[in-house]
Amino acid sequence: MMTGKRGAQITAGNREASDRLVKIAEAIHGQLCDDNIPYLEVSSRTKNNIVLDEDHKVWKYGSDVVTRSAKDLGGATNILRNLYTIDFIREMIKSGKSSTLREMYYISEGWEKAKFPTQDESNKLAEDLEIITRNMREDFKLRPEEDGARVIGDLTIAERNRKGQVKRFNCKDDVGESGYGIPYNVEEEKLQFKSVKAKMIIAIETGGMFDRLVENGFDETHKAILVHLKGQPARSTRRFIKRLHSHSNIPLVIFTDGDPWSYRIFASVAFGAIKTAHISEYLATPQAQYLGITPSDIVNYELPNDTLSDQDVNALKSELTDPRFASDQWRAEIKLQLKLKKKSEQQALAKYGLDFVTDTYLPQKLKEMRIIRG
Amino acid sequence: MSQPYAETMAKSQKEISISDFFAKNRQILGFDNPSKAMLVSVKEAVDNSLDACEEAGILPTIFVRISRTDNKDRFRLMVRDNGPGIVKKQIASVFGRLLYGSRFYAIRQSRGQQGIGISAVVLYSQLTTGKPAIVTSKIGEDHPCYRMEVQINTKNNRPQMISNEVVLWDHPHGTQIEVEIVGRYHKEKRQSVYEYIKSTAIVNPHVEIIFEDPDGVVHSFHRVVDKLPLPAEEIRPHPHGIELGVLKNMLAYSESRKMTSFLTTEFCRISPRGAREILEKASISEKKNPKRLNLDEVQVLYNIFNEMKFMSPPTDCLSPIGDLLIRKGLKKEIDSKFAHTVTRDPRVYRGTPFQVEAGIIYGGELPAGDTVKILRFANRVPLLYQQGGCAMTHAIERINWRPYGLEQRGGKGIPSGPAMILVHIASTNAPFTSESKEAVADVDEILDEVGRALMECGRKVKSHINKKVKLKKVSEKYSIIKDILPEIARKSSEIIGKPHPPLDGVITKIMNVTVIDSGIMYHEEGEEKFTEVTIKVQNYTQKAKKFRLFVKVPNGLIQGIFPERNRMKREIIEWEVGPIEPARSVRLGFTILGLDRTDYDDVDVYYSHLTGEVIGADPL
Repeated sequence: MMTGKRGAQITAGNREASDRLVKIAEAIHGQLCDDNIPYLEVSSRTKNNIVLDEDHKVWKYGSDVVTRSAKDLGGATNILRNLYTIDFIREMIKSGKSSTLREMYYISEGWEKAKFPTQDESNKLAEDLEIITRNMREDFKLRPEEDGARVIGDLTIAERNRKGQVKRFNCKDDVGESGYGIPYNVEEEKLQFKSVKAKMIIAIETGGMFDRLVENGFDETHKAILVHLKGQPARSTRRFIKRLHSHSNIPLVIFTDGDPWSYRIFASVAFGAIKTAHISEYLATPQAQYLGITPSDIVNYELPNDTLSDQDVNALKSELTDPRFASDQWRAEIKLQLKLKKKSEQQALAKYGLDFVTDTYLPQKLKEMRIIRG
Repeated sequence: MSQPYAETMAKSQKEISISDFFAKNRQILGFDNPSKAMLVSVKEAVDNSLDACEEAGILPTIFVRISRTDNKDRFRLMVRDNGPGIVKKQIASVFGRLLYGSRFYAIRQSRGQQGIGISAVVLYSQLTTGKPAIVTSKIGEDHPCYRMEVQINTKNNRPQMISNEVVLWDHPHGTQIEVEIVGRYHKEKRQSVYEYIKSTAIVNPHVEIIFEDPDGVVHSFHRVVDKLPLPAEEIRPHPHGIELGVLKNMLAYSESRKMTSFLTTEFCRISPRGAREILEKASISEKKNPKRLNLDEVQVLYNIFNEMKFMSPPTDCLSPIGDLLIRKGLKKEIDSKFAHTVTRDPRVYRGTPFQVEAGIIYGGELPAGDTVKILRFANRVPLLYQQGGCAMTHAIERINWRPYGLEQRGGKGIPSGPAMILVHIASTNAPFTSESKEAVADVDEILDEVGRALMECGRKVKSHINKKVKLKKVSEKYSIIKDILPEIARKSSEIIGKPHPPLDGVITKIMNVTVIDSGIMYHEEGEEKFTEVTIKVQNYTQKAKKFRLFVKVPNGLIQGIFPERNRMKREIIEWEVGPIEPARSVRLGFTILGLDRTDYDDVDVYYSHLTGEVIGADPL
C-alpha cells in the first residue's frame, strides 16, 4: 500500500511538518488540561475571505478564521479526525513512507469514530493541516493520484526517474502523440527545464481541443507549448505551468469553454483557487491571460450555443461578487453573458471546419492580445 | 287543428314517484360509479346498524363481508349487526321504502339523518342486478327469526315482499342484510371500503368491526372502550334554525289549537312572553288556530323569527366522542409518536347546535414528504369524497401551519409533513353540501370552531417538535462526551506522550444544560392498573441547581409521590428540587392508579426558579 523506497530520505520539510503537527496535538491536550473545550482554528475558505497578496499578485486567505469546537458533534469529530490524521502522517514520516490521498481515506476506515464519510472530507482535512502548519502536503508525504495532464511542445526537460537517474528528453521529439505526462511532483529536485524553444504557452481545458491543436501542428506552426488542463487543473499542473512560465518568461494564455465553470479554471491558474489559497504563491501565475471562449466570441463568431442553466446563472452571479473577477473587463463579459443567456464550448468552433481554430480563431485572438504580430 | 301545446305536454306529464326519481338520478345519493356505489352501500348499511345498536343501548359488533360472484362486475355484500332487530311487519318498510324511518322528523344528532340510506342500497341493487335484498332479523332469544326477500316498487314507493320464511339463526338478536350489486372493489385507495371501516373504527372506539374482503382476508378492528357514547337527546327546533317550508308544515300538522301554545310547545327557547311578543309584532291573534295562517302570515312569522333574539338552543343534546377516546381510536389504528386531540365546547349556528372535535397525530411511520392525510367525520361517519369542497378542509387550508412545524407552500393550503389531521363535527343538523352527505358547507361558525380546535392541536405539535429537536441536541452532546471527547484525550496524549487529562470540567462545559428526562411504565396487578412515572433531573452545568418542578396529573388518582419535599394542589404536583451538585442527578416520581395504558402517555413537566438551558421541561 505504502511505498517505502521511493522517498526514503526524510527531508527538512518533512521534519518541520512533523514538529508542527505535533504542536497541534499539544495545543489540544493543553486545552483539555486547562478545563477548556478543545478547539481548532483554520482560515475561512470562502470567496469572502480571499485577499490580494500584493507581493505575489495572487489571491490568498484573509484574516477570517473558522473555529472548530468540540462543543458540537461536527466540531468534536473534526478535531478527532485531525488527531488521527496527524498521528498517521507522523508515523509515515518516521518510517519514510508515503501514501496517496485515496489511500489515506481507505486507511481511515479503521479509525472508528474518526473515519471519513467521503474522500472529499479527508482531502479537505489534509488541506486544513497545510493551512495550519504552513507546510505543503508533499511535506506530509501525501500525494494525489497521477492525473495525467499532458504537454506537447519544443521543451526539453530533465526528470529524475524511479531509479533515481536523471533522464533528459524533448516534449516534441521524444514523446508519443499523447505528449509528456506531468508527474505529481514537479519541484526542482524532481524536474528541471533545460531549454524552451517557444514563443508562448497555451493551456487548454478540454482533451478534444488539445488533440485538435496537436493534429493541426499548432505547436510547430506557432512555436507554442500546449498544456492540457484536463478540466479543473491539478495542483501539479498549475505548479508545472507556474515554474515553466517563470523559467521561460514567455506569454501564457488560457483557452477554455465559454461558461462560468471554465472562468473558474482560468482564475485558479491565474489568481489561485479558493480551496488552495494558502499556497497560491506556489500555484498561481498572475501573468496568465484569458484567450477565450469569451461571451463576446459567442456573438462575434456566431458560435453554436446552449442556454444557460439555473446553476450556470447562479455561478455567473456569484462570480460578479468574487474579488478575483472584479476587473472591468471580466465584469463586462459576465454581464454580457447573463444578458445573452448563452454558453458555448471550445469545440463549437468546428462549425467553420476543423482548421478554423488553428488557421483563423487563435491567430486572430493572439494578434488582438499582441502575442503574435500580424 | 290548433290544440295548445301545453295540452300535448300534459299527456306526458305525470307524477314521478320518489323511487323513480332516484332511480334516474342516482348520483344524488352517491352511487355515481361502481367504486363509489360499493363504498356507499357498505357505509349506509353500517351506519344503519350502528344507529340501531346505539339507540337500543347495545355495544355494536358489526360483521361486513364482500364476496365475488361469477360475474366480475358483481359483488355480494353482507352486513350483520347485533342490534335490537326489526319487528316483522316493519322489515319490508325499513328496507323497501325510501324516506321511511323514525328519524326524519326528529331533531337529533344521528348518522343517517333522513332515513334515505339503506333503502337506497336496496334500490341500487335492484336496478343494477335485478336481485332483491335478503333481510334476516330477530328481535330476541324467544322470538322467531324472519328472512325476507325485499324489493321496492319504484312506481309508488312501496315495499314488495317477494318471500318470507322463518329460519333458525344462531344469534340472540340483530339484523343482517345481503345485496348483490354492480360495484368495484379497491384494495389500496384513499376512498376504499377498508379505509372507510378503519376510519369508522377510529371515531367509534366502542365498536367492534370485522371485515372479510373479497380475497377472504379477515380484518378485525377491535373495541377499545366498553362504554356506549351518551345517547344524543332529541330537541325541538330553534326558531333560528327553521326553514320556511318546514315552518309551514309544522303549522299545518300542529296539534295545538292556539298560536301561543304552538310557539311555546313546538319550539325550544320561546317563552310565553316571547310568543306574545312575536305574535304582536306579526299582528297575528294569540288565539288563532295555527292551521289557519295564510301564506303571508307564515312569511311574516318566519321573518320575525330571524329578526328576534332568542336564547341559544340547548347543546347538551350533542354526543361528542371525547378527546381521550379519539386519541385511543387514533393510536389503536395508526402508529405515530404523538397525538393531541381537542373537544371544543358546543356552539350554535343558525339555531342549530354543533360541536367540533379535532386531533393531530405526528411522527412515527407517517411519511414526511406527503401532504397530510385528512380524516373528516360528521356525526361519527367518515366522509371520504369531496374533500376539496368541505368546510373542514377549508378550515385546515386557512391556517398558516408553518409556525406549527408543518410545511406549507405560501402559508396556505393543505400542509405537508409526517402528520394526520382528524376533524369531527357533531350536530343535530350538519349542513351538508348535498344529499349524498359527502362534504360540510362553509358555515362561518363551523369554520371558526374547526380553526380554533386545529390551532390548539398545532401548538401542541410545535412544542412536541421543539422537545424533539432539543432532545436530539442532547443526544448529540451525550455522544460527544461519551464517545468523542475521551478519544480526543487519548489520541492527543498518545501523540505527545503525556498522561490523560481529567475530563469532568470539560464535560460540564460542553453540556451546560439541565436535563429533565421523564419515563412512563405501565403495569397491571390483577384488576389494578398502575402507571408509574419517573423523572430524572441531571445537572450538567458548573453550578449547583435548586429549583421547583411541576407536573400536571389527572386528579384523584395519584399515590406514592417521591421524594418527600412535595405538595399536591388541584391537578399539579410541585417539588422542591435540589440543590443538585454539578454532574449529579436526582429522581422524582409518582404512580397513577386506574388509567389504561394509552391514557397517560406524555408527562407535562414545568419548572420555575431555574436558570440556564433546560431540556425536557417548559418554564412555568
